[in-house]
Amino acid sequence: MRRFILIAVPYLWLLALFLVPFAIVLKISLSDIILAIPPYTPTLDFSAGWEGIKAFFGALDLENFRFLATDDLYWKAYLSSVQIAFIATLATLIVGYPIAYGMANAPDHWRPTLMMLVILPFWTSFLIRVYAWVGILSNEGYLNQFLLGIGIISEPLTILNTNTAVYIGIVYTYLPFMILPIYSTLERMDASLLEAAEDLGCSRIKAFWLITIPLSKNGIIAGCFLVFIPTIGEFVIPSLLGGSRTLMIGKVLWEEFFNNRDWPVASAVAVILLLILIIPIILFQRNEQKQREADK
Amino acid sequence: MGQTVFEPWNDPNVKPLIQFRNVTKRFGDFVAIDNQSFDIYAQEFFALLGPSGCGKTTMMRMLAGFEAPTEGTILLAGQDIAPIPPNKRAVNMMFQSYALFPHLSVWENIAFGLKRERKPKDQIAERVAQMLKLTRLEKFAKRKPHQISGGQRQRVALARSLARAPKLLLLDEPMGALDAKLRQDTQFELMDIQEKTGTTFVIVTHDQEEAMTVASRVAVMDHGRIIQADTPARIYEIPNSVYVADFIGEVTIIDGRATRSGDGYDIAYAEGQPPLRAQTDKTFQNGQACHLAIRPEKVAITAERPEGVVNAVQGKILDIAYLGNLSTYHVELPNGQVIKSQIVNTRRLSRRNFTWEDTVWLSWTETAGVLLEG
Repeated sequence: MRRFILIAVPYLWLLALFLVPFAIVLKISLSDIILAIPPYTPTLDFSAGWEGIKAFFGALDLENFRFLATDDLYWKAYLSSVQIAFIATLATLIVGYPIAYGMANAPDHWRPTLMMLVILPFWTSFLIRVYAWVGILSNEGYLNQFLLGIGIISEPLTILNTNTAVYIGIVYTYLPFMILPIYSTLERMDASLLEAAEDLGCSRIKAFWLITIPLSKNGIIAGCFLVFIPTIGEFVIPSLLGGSRTLMIGKVLWEEFFNNRDWPVASAVAVILLLILIIPIILFQRNEQKQREADK
Repeated sequence: MGQTVFEPWNDPNVKPLIQFRNVTKRFGDFVAIDNQSFDIYAQEFFALLGPSGCGKTTMMRMLAGFEAPTEGTILLAGQDIAPIPPNKRAVNMMFQSYALFPHLSVWENIAFGLKRERKPKDQIAERVAQMLKLTRLEKFAKRKPHQISGGQRQRVALARSLARAPKLLLLDEPMGALDAKLRQDTQFELMDIQEKTGTTFVIVTHDQEEAMTVASRVAVMDHGRIIQADTPARIYEIPNSVYVADFIGEVTIIDGRATRSGDGYDIAYAEGQPPLRAQTDKTFQNGQACHLAIRPEKVAITAERPEGVVNAVQGKILDIAYLGNLSTYHVELPNGQVIKSQIVNTRRLSRRNFTWEDTVWLSWTETAGVLLEG
């Protein structure tokens, strides 16, 4: 019985904070838009009894999903989000791996400090940090002032409100999620493995490719998913740093909710987004599971 | 017809495989290796023995190429190896932790070094099969290192380091992670493999029994110096210093002063006691401080004073260490000196002659003890 209670706690948690809200969103996505509060119909009316419940379910339909399929804005936004997330994840990996590698090979007494520096940005508001990039990347921003000052460029670069700015923002924001899992696999690696590889005829670089990279594979996969999954639905970064041509599903979702006040369509967008995310989330869980088994 | 004895170190015509020439290694202020010169010969099984921190691992890492000597040169087959990086040396190492690649199978681990040589696939497969057979691992070729036992892992590490047929194989505490029983079997297996492959082995260990069992010569080290490098028998029977005598096996050290008399020396070790007699090749001045080192198994223990012996002393049994096959008696002389005597328990325990507090006579011959400078 005690065991049952112990297991029940996380399940109740999931039920209350994930499944119930999801059911509500799903229900709204099957409803129709009206000008009222709340701005959708039907609403469940228990006072009408059994007939009311029947009428409620009868009024639900898949019209909003059909609409999403016919308007190419939506699938283009999904595709563009996946593409941006993919490129940004790759960029984060390329920036993050050397940092994690450097941390893992730093002298022991330096490591807590380096770890602290990686985590430190989390202590300020995410919104403020993204706004700070507006100040850095804008035409009159610090970056352009600096480059003009040392004479590398004669015209200010247009970075803000382009996809480049979005990539910079994503790499900057999600870097710790990439660094930490990679660092933890590299740190656990036995240094004598590299000596053994060298002893058996590898150059240092070859040993890195044949030993270090494969042994940090689980960290790389975990880091990539931790960046990729939230980036697909990212809203703040594209809306602050991206331009009118930066198409991301998070932005579309926000506009449906707050500009069009079309809750049913917005909910349908959210449901599809969740379905898209389920695939990488399952893959991520699998990787974690495999790693746990390997650690045993 | 007996076999020719393998003693290349006594043959001036044999060129050594490895020569250390005045090698010093410093880490900052710490002197790890202190101006050492010595030779290792082809097909030798050479053991570096010493307590932790004596410099034996540094010696090995210099041979592997992971450390460079601060001063002096190391020659491998007459060639200075300092400029050769570890991946280009005809030297392979078996690591203390085994350092098996966890993401590769046993087969791939053994093939790792061969693949780096860019050998044809069939040659690699043939060599790996040969190594698997040598180390009796055929059944485990497809397993990953975490799916096999400690003893099997140790054999994979050995097979991997032997696969490239190195001129010299370095073994860093190869038996450190094995339990006592498995260790003994493995020692003989290691000697067998060394003989079959004809590879020169250098083993680093802190276990004197292991060094004595496997090695053709043992170098006893302390504080970055080799104190004595010799065959196990000579190290045991003719140690050149109190340190070596004390480090290898059990020993009783009696301090005294030597006086020449006849073909040996009289050693005065306690007031009012007749001097002890010992023979030696070394020369001592009259009255020079000396140490007499006697192995416990060379000391006889009797109830009565035996007839016609040179050295006989009386004392009281202080302690008995019963080891099953052997018993070691700690006997205290009137002056407080404790002498160890070891006897083989050929009789059953119930008929043991001596017990605690018994007064007994200890005796040994003139040549039983080794006289060492103070």
